[in-house]
Formats: sequence, C-alpha cells, structure tokens
Amino acid sequence: MSDRLTMESIARLVPQGSRVLDLGCGDGALLDHLQRERACYGYGIEIADANVLACVKRGVNVIQLNLDEGLAMFDDGSFDVVLQIDTLQHLRNAETMLVETARVGRAGIVAFPNFAHWPNRLSIARGRMPVTKRLPYQWYDTPNIRVGTFKDFEVLATKNRLTILEAYGLQEGREVRVLPNARAGTAVFKFERG
Amino acid sequence: MTFSDPLPLRSGAAIRGYALAYETYGTLNSDKSNAVLICHALNASHHVAGSYAGQPGSQGWWDTMIGPGKPVDTDRFFVIGVNNLGSCFGSTGPMHVNPDTGKVYGADFPVMTVEDWVDAQARLLDGLGIERLAAVMGGSLGGMQALSWTLQYPQRVRNGVVIASAPNLTAENIAFNEVARRAIVTDPDFHGGHFYEHGVVPKRGLRIARMIGHITYLSDDVMNEKFGRQLREGIELKYSTQDIEFQIESYLRYQGDKFSEYFDANTYLLITRALDYFDPALQYEGNLAKALARATARFLLVSFTTDWRFAPRRSRELVKALLDNRRDVSYAEIDAPHGHDAFLLEDPRYLGAVRSYFERIEKEMAA
Repeated sequence: MSDRLTMESIARLVPQGSRVLDLGCGDGALLDHLQRERACYGYGIEIADANVLACVKRGVNVIQLNLDEGLAMFDDGSFDVVLQIDTLQHLRNAETMLVETARVGRAGIVAFPNFAHWPNRLSIARGRMPVTKRLPYQWYDTPNIRVGTFKDFEVLATKNRLTILEAYGLQEGREVRVLPNARAGTAVFKFERG
Repeated sequence: MTFSDPLPLRSGAAIRGYALAYETYGTLNSDKSNAVLICHALNASHHVAGSYAGQPGSQGWWDTMIGPGKPVDTDRFFVIGVNNLGSCFGSTGPMHVNPDTGKVYGADFPVMTVEDWVDAQARLLDGLGIERLAAVMGGSLGGMQALSWTLQYPQRVRNGVVIASAPNLTAENIAFNEVARRAIVTDPDFHGGHFYEHGVVPKRGLRIARMIGHITYLSDDVMNEKFGRQLREGIELKYSTQDIEFQIESYLRYQGDKFSEYFDANTYLLITRALDYFDPALQYEGNLAKALARATARFLLVSFTTDWRFAPRRSRELVKALLDNRRDVSYAEIDAPHGHDAFLLEDPRYLGAVRSYFERIEKEMAA
C-alpha cells in the first residue's frame, strides 16, 4: 500500500492545506507526502513502537495510541480529513471507528483490501483462503481480522448514514472505476456524515 | 553563577544574593543555537551526565540519556544542567545563610514554585548569553519545568521535551507528598525546620519520606518481580513484628538510610510543595487548552504505561491541549514495566524516540 502511485491517488482526495488525522499512519510516509506536496498539516496515530520512531525521525507528528480505545481525545469535526489507510481491517471495533472517523473528520477516507477481488474469489472457489501479494497472510496468522469487500463497505456506510463522496478501486497503483468490486485489490472510499 | 538582583517570587517574597550551581557539556556553537537545558526532578542536581575525575560512582543522574553519542548528544548539543533554588546540591538553599538576617534560612527559605525556578533558570541563560534554547527537557517535576518554560518564555524555546509528567498533581499524588512531609516535620529532630542550629538531622522523617516515594516510583509488577515475598534470611518466618524479614523491607530501609545521609529535610518540603502547586490551567478556569495557547514550541511527550504516579492519561491531557492549539506534538507511550522510575532507565524504545527527536532538532538547526 505504500507504493507511490497508490499514495498519490489517495493524496489527491485530500484538499490542499487540509488539517489531517491519519489513523494507523505507519511510518508516516503518507503524512510526510501530504505535508510536502499538498501543504497539509496534521498528526498520525500509531500503536507500533517502530512506526512511532519512524515518524519522529521523519519529522511527522505522531501520537501513540491504541485505536481500539477510540478517539475520545479528538473533538467533533476537529480535522478536515481523517484517513484510515489499511487500518480498518485490523480493528476490533471497525464499525465504531468508522463512525468516529466521520465524527472527528469533516471528511473520511478509508482504504482496505477488497476480499472480492477476482483472484480472491478464485481461491475461495477452489476451497482455500486467498494468499496474494496484497493479502500475504495465512488464514491462521493474518492481522486482517475484518474481512470485507468493496460492496460490503457501501452497505456499512449506508447503515451508518454516511454519504459516499468518492468510491473506486486501486490495482497496481491504477484507479479502477469500472467493476471495482471484482477488479481491484484495494477499495477506496471518501465519505462524510450524511 | 551568583545573582545580586533580587528574584521576585510567586509568593510575593523575593530572594537576593543567591547562587545557581550548573554544569555544561559539549560546545556552544557560534550562533548559540544548540543549547539544551535539562531540568531536574525531586532528588537530582545539575550533574546530569558523565562522572567526575577520580570519583567512581559519580555518574550523572541522566547519564543514560545525555553524553557523547547518547540520545541527547553532547557532541552536537550544548547541554546545561542546573540545580534549582531551594535544593541541596549547590544552589542556594535552606542550609545557606539568608543575607537579610545573617542566619541560616532553615524553614524561612521562601517557598518556590516551578515558575520561580524557570525564572531563575532564564537568568542563568542570560548570564550564559543564550537567548533561545534548541530544547528544554525534563522528566516528572523536571517535565513540569520544561512545560512551564514553553509558557513563560515561549519565544526562548524551540522544543519542549516533557517526560513522565503531568499538567498538575492529582489529589492522590498530593496525598503522598503530604505523608512524606508529615514524616519529616513530626520528627523530633526537625525543630520546626531549624535543625541545623541544633546540630541534628531529622533522619527518621527523611527515611520514611523516601520509603513512601520509592513505593510510588515503582509498579506493583516490578516490585513483585524484584522482591516478591522473598525473605531476607532463610525461609522461616521469625514471628517478629519489628525485625526486617521481607526483602522489600530491607530494600526500603536501605534506600531510606542512604537518602537521609545526603538529602535536606527542608528541601524535601520545598520541592514537594512546588510539585503540589504546579497547575498552569488554574488561572484559566482549569482549561488546559487555554493555558497552553501561549506555547509556540514543538513538543515531544513520553509516558510509561505502568507509571501510576504520573500516569499516561495525564500526558494525554497535555497532548490533547496541544492538539486543540494545533501545536506540533509527538507522543510516545512506552510499555515499560518499571513505573515512574522508567524515565531514568534504559529502554531502547524510549531512548530511540528521544534520539530521533533530537536528530530532527539538529536537522532543523542546520536548515
């Protein structure tokens, strides 16, 4: 997910000069990019010690928190954009955090692995859980505890009265707008409170 | 460094003719932009790093953190350690003579606040010709001073590094301080704080104060791991009530004895009181975000998960207040078992975060 084209595609969804909160910001590469290329200002949230260190090294603001504890520290609408890039699938409270994302951000951007991508369907059809470049884990050791599809997210967003502003797939860094649920390994959504 | 001009204090009193003990490490660069001030906590001094020649065991109290090649690298930064007023390691304190009376201060030493200390430190920097600090840093009570620097002298601080600290003390924390103070002032050798003239030291009180402190600086887990229910001698209970039987008793008594040999009783009272009083949000109806609005520095905050005396949630309050003010802040919450003491210990995640932060400071200095 950290390749350049993917990062640039997601960055294009973030308006210039936005105040950004990046949930599960990893090593801070995206925030760094947003700060340099799009004059954004913001903070990353991370739980992993190594990633916190990497962010401090880069000069990206990072706050070490466990997202499963929620976003109580952040006020309603206190950020222009809240990002969850490859984070949602790791969260026990994925639905709550989706709502929290829309509460704290005027817009939310979520990207996650789309389990309905055709190679995954093929694998399931053969009777095995998919193991791919995008989903490199075995079923018994995967950190992806929330297994969802592009379409599943649309349903969840509707259920929580979120308005989807943009929705597309990403495959090998290219944006997939036709049949993304079958043709893209990654689902990307931009949304706001309804 | 001695100061003849009186220093006005928050209490309304003033102190004149005082001295501040300090040490420096490394070299101040030509544009004087690489100075880092280190603020100490209760039981520490200006001797933050290194050892004195020919004195084994004289290692500075933050030697894990500060020195050549260390996270706060004295090959790159000019580090200043300063002993606070009222302390007992060289700066003017209750054991010194009050120039107004010609008598030893004792209990009459003026009550100092964190803000007063910061004012005194600022005068030291004036004397050293340093207008602006690359960073001010401290842990615990030292962290409160670092925070206060960013509020009292925002234009003089580029970075605040606040470790295992809090925006104020909780009632429980004040309570622990009060128990320690009562132990000291009720010691018959205390003589209302004027024990110097009686040629005695309230050691019993100091010992108990230190024992209480030590319990609160450790976590339950680390204490159990270190001592458990281990007996000092053999495996049989003695059925005594006053003997030292458990290892933990032996440890606490040893720490108490050691402390009572060198620490000043009035200093203990003064420093714990400064801790109790610190509360920058007080004059903003308790609104910490408003209190921190003045700060312009960038911040690194660190807390430790098992520190129950300066718990992570207190650091998070500071983080939130800085976020509300849109300040640059990074926060590391280190999952260390050692309680409050962790801030003085070696932990690669903790030291790594501080190292990375100071590397960034250096990069910005060069830019």
